[in-house]
Parts: sequence; structure tokens; C-alpha cells
Amino acid sequence: MPPISQRALLIRTFRNNKTSAIGVFMTLAVVIIALISPWISPYNPVEQDMKIQHDAPSWAHPFGTDSYGRDQLSRILWGARVSLVVGILSVLFAMMAGIPLGMIGGYKGGRIDNLVLRFIDVFMSFPIVILGLLVLAIMGPGLIKIVIAIAVALTPRIARLARGSTLSLKGKEFIEAARAVGQNDTKIMIIHILPNIFGEILVMGTLWVATAIIVEASLSFIGLGVRPPTPSWGAMIRDGLDQLTNAPWLSIFPGLAIFISVFSFNLIADGLRDISDPKLRG
Amino acid sequence: MLKYAIRRMIFVLPTLWAVVTFVFFLIRIVPGGPAVAVLGSYATAESIRELEKQMGLDKPILVQYGNFLMDLCHGDLGKSLITKKPVSSQIVQALPYTLDLTLGGMLIGISLGVPIGILTALKRNRAPDYAGRILSLVGISMPEFYLGILLMYILGIKLDLFPVLGGGDLKNLASRLQHLFLPALTLGIIMTAFISRMVRSSMLNVLGEDYVRTARAKGLHERVVIYKHALRNALIPTVTVIGIYMSILMGGSVLTEIIYSRPGLGKMMVFAVKDRDYIMLQSVIIIFSAFVFLFNLLTDLLYTLIDPRIEYH
Repeated sequence: MPPISQRALLIRTFRNNKTSAIGVFMTLAVVIIALISPWISPYNPVEQDMKIQHDAPSWAHPFGTDSYGRDQLSRILWGARVSLVVGILSVLFAMMAGIPLGMIGGYKGGRIDNLVLRFIDVFMSFPIVILGLLVLAIMGPGLIKIVIAIAVALTPRIARLARGSTLSLKGKEFIEAARAVGQNDTKIMIIHILPNIFGEILVMGTLWVATAIIVEASLSFIGLGVRPPTPSWGAMIRDGLDQLTNAPWLSIFPGLAIFISVFSFNLIADGLRDISDPKLRG
Repeated sequence: MLKYAIRRMIFVLPTLWAVVTFVFFLIRIVPGGPAVAVLGSYATAESIRELEKQMGLDKPILVQYGNFLMDLCHGDLGKSLITKKPVSSQIVQALPYTLDLTLGGMLIGISLGVPIGILTALKRNRAPDYAGRILSLVGISMPEFYLGILLMYILGIKLDLFPVLGGGDLKNLASRLQHLFLPALTLGIIMTAFISRMVRSSMLNVLGEDYVRTARAKGLHERVVIYKHALRNALIPTVTVIGIYMSILMGGSVLTEIIYSRPGLGKMMVFAVKDRDYIMLQSVIIIFSAFVFLFNLLTDLLYTLIDPRIEYH
């Protein structure tokens, strides 16, 4: 695949691929909602009012009220912040650890590569949710700790991808040329390899943000998420589960919010993948 | 074949050992140590010492590690800090519920995902393809616990078709299957999404190959071309990722078990986290990764069976 600049990739995405374009618009909408949630929320998301416990959806409270009489719509709007912050930050952290790791393994080869491969094998043998759960069980709950837990779980997956792409580039003439003129390994990796593998990693990156959002929701559903009363979608579903028979909206609406955010990122990834893999282009 | 299997097993043993070691040491870096975590920071020094002695934490860390490995080789995973019962017997009780669930989910995923994948590939860029692709995208965007709650609400509570709580009676097949249906369907729908996407893309790859064109050119019936020539080759990449899918299913089983109160490994693990039962947590996680290894091994063997080009190196 010839190297494509990020901007060219983005423009091509919009022009040729409706799936991605819709995904980008939906994702932007979710991001904007997260940013302006303090101004568009009709109520204070943590203010309790025991008189209106479990109110069904109405004009005053379109998504109903929860077990503490808090407005569900406001809580869902605010909850977008936790989901996006965790989703994006954890992937960024995992990239910062995983890309160098994979590049070094793939480029250096030999014993170092073996070590990297072992590391990847060991960590990939845990399902993401289970590794995240283990890390949080050790560190205790909290926003930044969730980010770390998910980043730890994603790092081997990113390292594996970076390693594979580096391996396929390693034998190319331009890398050999760079080596021939005496550039050192670090420089070759940063200047020549990184820009060429970054596009592929970015495509997968959107997919991993989607995964990270689901994992965050799962962990807060288990009760290992951000501390209450900070609204988080996973925790809202858990709180609503006991009331599923008489107040199903308590679980249904936050779940819908998770689904829409994850779906948006997956749409982008799906379109980008079609572009980068011409065989599958529809 | 057997020789290959044994060699592969010996090959994964060091990795499994590394996993076990990682979990062992990670559990022991809990702030203040596991004993303090169990008893809380207000516990007296004496009660902490007592529990540490009981957990074997008073010995040097390497001695602890040695004992732990020895016990593990004998199938002894230690005793739960809460119930004081051997962990292995509790795991043996919980295991069938989790295996039923993951295998059931995989079975549903394969039996729906493969036909959908073929159909969408053959009707490429027509209505069934678009519908199938959108649905599969919906499936992979759906957290299993949310899908589980929706199915529980509609099929379990509103229509009252299936029991929604518990794992049923393992000795009674009808009760076991009834309780399995909704949780397995939850994971099965998500698996269907993954598998149909995989089958579609590898089917599209294969349909462009020369041997498919040759098969058509020599006048073979389209059905023979698709099922005998194309599908067999298209399934190979799908089989290789079944190990990864099993890992996704294992992770998904944790939340599905919580939703449906199935007394399986996942539920055990979440309770171990809440009770700070670190011995239990350590054991369940080791068992989970052992199963991921096992499924990967089986996938490898299956792979060599369906693709004769691969030799047992």
C-alpha cells in the first residue's frame, strides 16, 4: 500500500464512502454532546428528588427519573464525557506503549522480537474485560485507573499490529537505503517506519475506541467504574437492572447511548477498512 | 497428529507459566498486601498477621511462589478467603455453566453467521448484503450485557417464554437448556455478527481467485463452485480466528452470567473482586486463561485438519 497522508485519507473517506461519513458525523455529534453537556442538560445530573423516584418518561423528564429521582436525560448527556474520555485516552495510552514495542520487536528481530512476542502472547491470553477487571481489582476504582486498566489490555493488541506492519516494511528498499546512508535504527523507525504504519493503526484505532467504550461500560456495570454519583452509562444500567420490570427505561436509555457511540466509531472503522483494503471495496 | 499436538502443548507451556506467574505477583502487589485489602485498613495488626499466616503470606515471596506452583501442579488452587473451602471444587461446580454458555454461544454464532456470511458475499452490494452488513455492525456495537437485558426484558419478562434467573438444574436436561437459551442467544447474536463479517470478507476474497474462475469455466454447477471450491477455502481464515472469538466469548460470559445470575466462573470472579477474595480471583483468572490456551490449541489442530496444505512442523 503506498503511503497516504492523513488528510488525503480523510478526504477520500468522505468522498467515496458514505458509511464513514455517517460515522464521522455521528461521532462528532457524540463528542459535541459530551463537550456541551453542562449547558444543554435540563437538570443537575446529581441532584436528588425522592418525590419523583422512578418516574416514567414525560415531557418534564423525557427519559424518566432514576431511583434517586435524578433526571435520566441529564445523566446520559453527562455520561458521554466519561465514555469518550476513557475510550479515547485509553487507546492513546495503549498506542504510546504498543507502537514502540511492536516496532522495536519487528525491526530488531531475534531475541528482542522473541521477548516482545512472549509479552504479547501472555497478555493476549486474557480476555480484555478480564484483564481490565484484574488490574482494577488491584488498583481500586477511579477514572484514571480505568483508563490505565483498558490501556494495559489494549497494548498487546496494538503491539501485535505494529509488529506485523513493521515486519512487512523491513525488507523494503527505502529502509535499506536509509540504513545504507548510515541512519541509526531509532531514526529509521521514527522517520521511515512510523509514518507508513500509522494509517493502518489509525484505522484499527477507531475500532479500539469502540471496544474501549464497551469495556468501560462493562467495568462500570460490574461496579468498578468511576465513583458515584458521577454519571456513567454502565453504572446507570446496573442501577436500573433491579427495576427492569417496573422501570425498564432506566436500563434501556443508557444502553442505547452506549450502543450509538460504539456504533458511530465502528462505522468510521468499517469505511476506513474498505478504503485501505481495495479487495473488499464495495 | 498426536505428536504435533503434544509438541504444540509443550510449546505453550512456558507462556502459560508466564501467565500464572504474572497473575501471582500482580495479586501480591495490592496496596498494603492482600491481607490488609481483605480485612480493611482498620484491622488490628494481630488479625492481619493471622490472616497472612493462613494465606502463607508470612513466608518469603519466592517460597510462597514455589509452594503455589507446586500446589498448582497438583491441581490445588488454595482455599477461598471467604468460604474457606477449596477453590478447585468450587470451580468444578461453576465450570459447566460457563462452558455451556460459551459453547452454546459459539454454536449459535456459527450456525447463523456462516450462512449469513455466504449470502451477503453472494448478493454483494444488493439489498441482502446491505441489510446483513448493517445488522452485523449493530451486533458488534452492542455490549453483551445490554443485549442480554433487552432479550431478558422482551423474551423473558414481557413474553414470559424463558426463565431469566439462575442456571437451572444441571442434571435435568430440559431445565438446563431452558436456562441456557437466553444467555446463549445473547452471546450467539454477537458471535453471529463477528462470524458473518469474517465469512463475507474471506468469501469475497476467494470468489476472485483463479481456481474459482477455472471451476466456473469448466462448466461446474454454480452450487458446486460455491460450496465445494469457494466455501471450503473461505472457511480457513474463519477457523483460525475461532480461538480469538472464544476469548471474546469468555469475556462476554462474565457479564452475561451476571445479568442472568448464572452461577458460572464469571459470576464467581466478579464476586471474588467484590469480596476481595484474592485467592479465588487468582484461581478463576488462571482457569480462564488456561481455557483460552486450550481453545487456541484446538483451533490449531482443527486448522491442520481442514487445510491439508499445512504440515505439522
